Amino acid sequence: MTVAIVGAAECDLGSTGLSILGLQTQAITRALADAGLSLADVDGIATTSVARFSATSLAEHLGIQPAWTDSTFAGGSAYEMFVARAAQAIEAGQCHTVVISYASNQRSAKSRSLGGVYEAHTPEAQFEQPYGPLYPASYYAMAAGQYLHKYGASREDLAEVAVAAREQALLNPRAFRYDAGPLTVDDVLGAKPLSTPLTVADCCLVTDGGGAIVLTSLERARDLPKPPVLVLGYGESTTNASMTAVDDLTVTGAVASGAAAFARAGLTPADVDVAQLYDSFTITVLLSLEALGFCAPGEAGDLVRSRGLPLNTSGGGLSYCHPGQFGVLLLVEAVRQLRGECGDRQVADAEVALAHGTGGILSTHATVLLGVDR
Amino acid sequence: MNDAPKNVAEPDEATRTWWEATREHRLVVQVCGDCGHAQHPPRTLCTGCGRTDTLGHHDSDGTGVVDACTVVMRAPDADHEAPYVVARVRLPEGVILLSNIVTDDPHAVRIGDPVTVSWQPLDDGRALPVFRPVFTPQEN
Ligand SMILES: [Zn+2]
Repeated sequence: MTVAIVGAAECDLGSTGLSILGLQTQAITRALADAGLSLADVDGIATTSVARFSATSLAEHLGIQPAWTDSTFAGGSAYEMFVARAAQAIEAGQCHTVVISYASNQRSAKSRSLGGVYEAHTPEAQFEQPYGPLYPASYYAMAAGQYLHKYGASREDLAEVAVAAREQALLNPRAFRYDAGPLTVDDVLGAKPLSTPLTVADCCLVTDGGGAIVLTSLERARDLPKPPVLVLGYGESTTNASMTAVDDLTVTGAVASGAAAFARAGLTPADVDVAQLYDSFTITVLLSLEALGFCAPGEAGDLVRSRGLPLNTSGGGLSYCHPGQFGVLLLVEAVRQLRGECGDRQVADAEVALAHGTGGILSTHATVLLGVDR
Repeated sequence: MNDAPKNVAEPDEATRTWWEATREHRLVVQVCGDCGHAQHPPRTLCTGCGRTDTLGHHDSDGTGVVDACTVVMRAPDADHEAPYVVARVRLPEGVILLSNIVTDDPHAVRIGDPVTVSWQPLDDGRALPVFRPVFTPQEN
């Protein structure tokens, strides 16, 4: 392919007291500075959760009139989907430089609710909301229950995902849990139960934060200051809106999105040096590892315990930052690993990175493969 | 134990037959008269064959099996009091309903448990289907 990521940055993270547009502006201006570009170069915008007309509102705030926008709302996987659409738009010549961004102030604004948001006109309001599931936690909890039942996996297998994430966060000064000290399996099991078998320690953080990446043609990227990160492949799959549509909760849309991305890139899981998998919950990582082909079904617990695959090197949504949608930060960390910018947590000689976003209740799945310019 | 909500979102033209049946404590499943496909929630087309003019409802027998379950330990709203069981219940027709398993021992509910329908009244005369465990005699 002929499109590259040339800039990547976070906005302020944690508990900021700032507005969504203010955090978006931080992320975008920092990512453009990282790319050696300015707002005058940007003619494409992809974002969500700014307002009802998300890209429209953001473009006006930035003072630009883009030739291409995308506000596809698909939860946390939207940003991996945006990479595909942006690459296609750039290759087709509709636009030349795209910014993909997201930011939330959900911790400062206390805007997160345990039960989620049900729209009264949807089937879920009639057939699911009356039963009081936590949204999305109870769906992931049921998936975890099926996973443990089907494979005889242990509760400790889930907990190990959170333990591994904390180890990475202790290496990342920007992580919310950087100073929190190590986490043990017993800490996870002993944390407050939320929706069995998951405890609050199986669930991602609730923080402010966000990020932005900048994409342009590889030809142009080679003239910019930072080494280009190539878009090698992408794929996506959308499987369900309700809690009752998917027959087997242990088999996710990551099977299809991963297969499409690897085929497009001409790569296999064995080629991946570092993986950033959306860790909304510990179970999400186990299901995604298996669906993407990093191990056989039922074996993800062993893979995580072995630390055999460099995974969620930022500390992930579990211990680094989770601003409601984590997808763009998966891409930011993947880019930094491929550039060798990750300091104490740098994966040696990382040449191929995978970012996998998941949105809603295992509803949307999008996989992106990135590589260094060889 | 959970208290049932007293109000549930209004039915629409696709779901009205399903909800009207609950007034008589009948659990129905939407079935296509052409291809035989069963689906839930009710829709205005058959996802098996795409037809829009062949959909009907048939009475289910009120039995089911727990397909997946979780004990909610922190209630999301005032209608519910934790702990309570949220479960996917698979009906004999193959469709899956989200529901509650009403029991004094929420942590004892397991995947594969047989359950039977029970009804909780709503303020507008409809009823909300929930499920109770079916206790089978201990074998020894
Ligand atoms: Zn049909």
